[in-house]
Amino acid sequence: MPVSKEILDEIALSPAEYQMIVDRLDREPNPVELGMFGALWSEHCGYKHSRPLLGMLPSTSARTLSQAGAENAGAIDIGDGLAVVFKVESHNHPSAVEPLQGAATGVGGIVRDILAMGARPIALLNSLRFGPPYQAANRRLLRGVVDGIGWYGNCIGVPDVAGEIFFDESYSQNPLVNAMCVGIAPIKDLASAAANTPGDVLLLVGAGTGRDGIHGASGLASRTFEEEQELRPTVQVANPFLEKVLIEACLEALGTGKVRALQDLGAAGLTSAAVESVARGERGFALDISLVHRREEGMTGYEVMLSESQERMLLVAAPEHVRDVSAVFEKWDVPCRAVGVVTEERVARVTEGSDPLAAAPVPHLADAPRYRLMGSPSPDHVARQHLQLSDVPLPPDVGLGNAGEVLLRLLASPNIASKRHVYRQYDHQVQTNTVVAPGAGDAAVLRVKGTGKAIAVAIDGNGRQCFLDPYQGAQRVVAEVTRNLSCVGAEPLALTDCLNFGNPERPDIYYQLEGCISGMADACRELGVPVVSGNVSLYNESQGAAIFPTPIVGGLGLVEDARKHCGAGFPAGGLAVVLVGAGKLSAGPHDLAGSEYLSVVHGLIRGRPQIDLALEQRVQELCRRLIADGVALSAHDCSDGGFAVALAESCILGDTRVGGAGPVGFTASAEFADSIPGRWDAALFGEAASRILVSVDPSNLAAMLSAAQEARIPACAVGETGGDLLIVGSLLGVAVADLADSWYRGLSDAWI
Amino acid sequence: MRFGILVFPGTWSDTDCHHAVCGVLGQRAGYVWHKDSDLAGYDAIIVPGGFSYGDYLRAGAIAKFSPVMSAVRDFAQSGGPVIGICNGFQILCEAGLLPGALRRNGHLEYRCQWTHLRAERADTIFTSRCDQRRPLAIPVSHGEGSYFAHPVTIAELEAEGRVLFRYCEPDGRVTDAANPNGSVANIAGIINESGNVLGMMPHPERSCELLLGSDDGNLIFGSMADAVAAATAGDLQADPVR
Repeated sequence: MPVSKEILDEIALSPAEYQMIVDRLDREPNPVELGMFGALWSEHCGYKHSRPLLGMLPSTSARTLSQAGAENAGAIDIGDGLAVVFKVESHNHPSAVEPLQGAATGVGGIVRDILAMGARPIALLNSLRFGPPYQAANRRLLRGVVDGIGWYGNCIGVPDVAGEIFFDESYSQNPLVNAMCVGIAPIKDLASAAANTPGDVLLLVGAGTGRDGIHGASGLASRTFEEEQELRPTVQVANPFLEKVLIEACLEALGTGKVRALQDLGAAGLTSAAVESVARGERGFALDISLVHRREEGMTGYEVMLSESQERMLLVAAPEHVRDVSAVFEKWDVPCRAVGVVTEERVARVTEGSDPLAAAPVPHLADAPRYRLMGSPSPDHVARQHLQLSDVPLPPDVGLGNAGEVLLRLLASPNIASKRHVYRQYDHQVQTNTVVAPGAGDAAVLRVKGTGKAIAVAIDGNGRQCFLDPYQGAQRVVAEVTRNLSCVGAEPLALTDCLNFGNPERPDIYYQLEGCISGMADACRELGVPVVSGNVSLYNESQGAAIFPTPIVGGLGLVEDARKHCGAGFPAGGLAVVLVGAGKLSAGPHDLAGSEYLSVVHGLIRGRPQIDLALEQRVQELCRRLIADGVALSAHDCSDGGFAVALAESCILGDTRVGGAGPVGFTASAEFADSIPGRWDAALFGEAASRILVSVDPSNLAAMLSAAQEARIPACAVGETGGDLLIVGSLLGVAVADLADSWYRGLSDAWI
Repeated sequence: MRFGILVFPGTWSDTDCHHAVCGVLGQRAGYVWHKDSDLAGYDAIIVPGGFSYGDYLRAGAIAKFSPVMSAVRDFAQSGGPVIGICNGFQILCEAGLLPGALRRNGHLEYRCQWTHLRAERADTIFTSRCDQRRPLAIPVSHGEGSYFAHPVTIAELEAEGRVLFRYCEPDGRVTDAANPNGSVANIAGIINESGNVLGMMPHPERSCELLLGSDDGNLIFGSMADAVAAATAGDLQADPVR
């Protein structure tokens, strides 16, 4: 073998894979070709370990317009001739190395995926994971990532409307930065990424190509790394202003009707953009890289082909249309260069002037090997799932009602605390569609101009519960994201996923990957939502330890009448509060499994979380109906921190209208308080799924309870809103102002 | 009437303003490209929010050299109404159409949140529909919105009644807590000496529909429309031919 192990390591190919390339080409690849294979066969681009498993996920419904993998993002028909396009993608490894630029370019990359569908980006979401914020290194990453997301999103004028942040030791030095973008376009204007017509011209538009980000896909995202400093040059640098101009120019160019296809340049840069476009169109290309505009002198062909310089797009246009398309970019002062042509022959041919640099069959480049491995749980997996209530001592009474002190602690835990300190740094209103803003509801609601409709979007994950039980944990994630959509009154239509895992070549990690995907697949079928786009980020490890298995799921929902939505805060005093999904608070060990309470108060990550998907489906359906009928005046699901935290949050939020009265108190009925079992900790803070706290006008209470009964949904009236205190029998008696203080300060205190 | 809405390459409130004045208020509007220098046919100019040319240097510092800003200067000098919103306010200050500057927010962070504004006067072309006793709910979204000027300038602005909007509590009290960015004297918006140029950091175009939380922004755009209509009616009456 003429190449060294070191060279193969640099591009993350195994010796066996190298041999596969030699066999396919029937010769040794030259360095440029090898670099192209390495990038395209990376986990990031080629999904070597994940694609065989991803086939389990349902990917179509009556509303799907494009399927996962077929185009850059999934597209969903929302009626009125409109499509919503959305996708989530990771930028974990670059953010670990350089948090501000890593997160910023993560946002930029996902925006271009949406743009490549011909859609205008209308919303951003993000899901973040960091190590505990009491460690300075983790705080640095947190601040850098938030700054990067804010800087980029604010500058390009796309509102950042929802997200989540979770802290755990397993993410120390390996933060997760998953960014989701949502776009909208008339269905007839959706663009394709398939270059299918020989003779068409390849136009490279946007930023000059530089040396930044070489090996981003193969080097950073496709292997574990210990010596992160040495990888600094592989992080890309962001220019959000250019992205904003690129969005406008590309959409205007598409509007001429003279662009055949377009594709973003992301991981593996020009190589993957060109190869993927012609692979979709079953063609080849001839590219002359001497025509590529550059920001640096003396770049080699290898560097030009593998650069991951940001803010670039590849357009495909018939020769007679090149002038008109170029004129649009000229107007916007964005460079636009013809760099190649689409060819009949399915070969990727790269030259520099007349010097040949690479020539490899497109099907070989685009067809990464796929590995189906055998997973097995780690030896301590079963022990972790074992939890008895006797392992968990009941917390002592310290005078706020037994549970008051625990509730204050949980509200101040950065995982549960208000994320206001973060989202107020993001413009969440630009484009004037934001009906339910971050913090006000379980999902964001955006009206769709020109229709009476609104869409809802949310993003969720729960690595801790997936760690304890990959299959059940992933089911609960799908349930939670759809429940969050239902809690604002939206019917869940489709999902996008980002699968963040450790090294899949380890059997215990592969077991997690397989279990999570199969759990997601079953939950998607049961709840009737397809996964229409996604991304996989593997090798998330540092210092030999993997992150929690963390599938992140983004959801899209539809509200038929934008006015019929709902927030999470109790909007007034004198309302009846109903717990939908449970006839009383249960207190079994599985309720505590993987809960925030168990982690914060007892330092335990144990148990086996459960979910009943059939009940989940019914609960969500009822919740949507109550909102559409105007019966539910607020809805908030019980998730992290359980019933008591959900109740406290609805009190703290209170009347969230602009200039509204804010917090409102609550008093549980004696009947409900008396029904709470002796293990009040498991009852109040357990995280049983499929439960939603709804407030209704007392005159609707009886009808609502019987509606629940008819739908075979357990439900119970828990009390009434009003006053300044949160009171649950003798267990809880705390001023809402004190709860609010803990909740609002939990994260901002961790900031400094 | 017809609003002219400036578009720099990094502007992002242009379409929001268009929706507010056309879609909601029912007026007409057109976009004016930053390389253009002809404002004929427009009755009022909106310099919208965004990042004009990226604002990597200082917000608005490059925009002031654009061809369209020369035209805006002439338009303002001849008495035409001009409203600069957010980045538009920054640009008007950089261009010398308004005094003072917008510094980085006092807490050094970007802020997107609802604010309440007290209209200090209801006798201007921007506030004739406002009621000084009822604060306007209008959101801010900026990283560099802390208004600053020399104390002498501030004293002049105050003395001449040119501080048009001040951040306040929902009940109208002007407090430190209501100040989202550390602006001197809670200043959210000021007008020029002739009263035809307004710069304000909050975004009235984001608060024109109750579905989005508030429709108070209409009061500002509506006041401008009233002023233009009144001026046009005045012109017609003065026209001897008619």
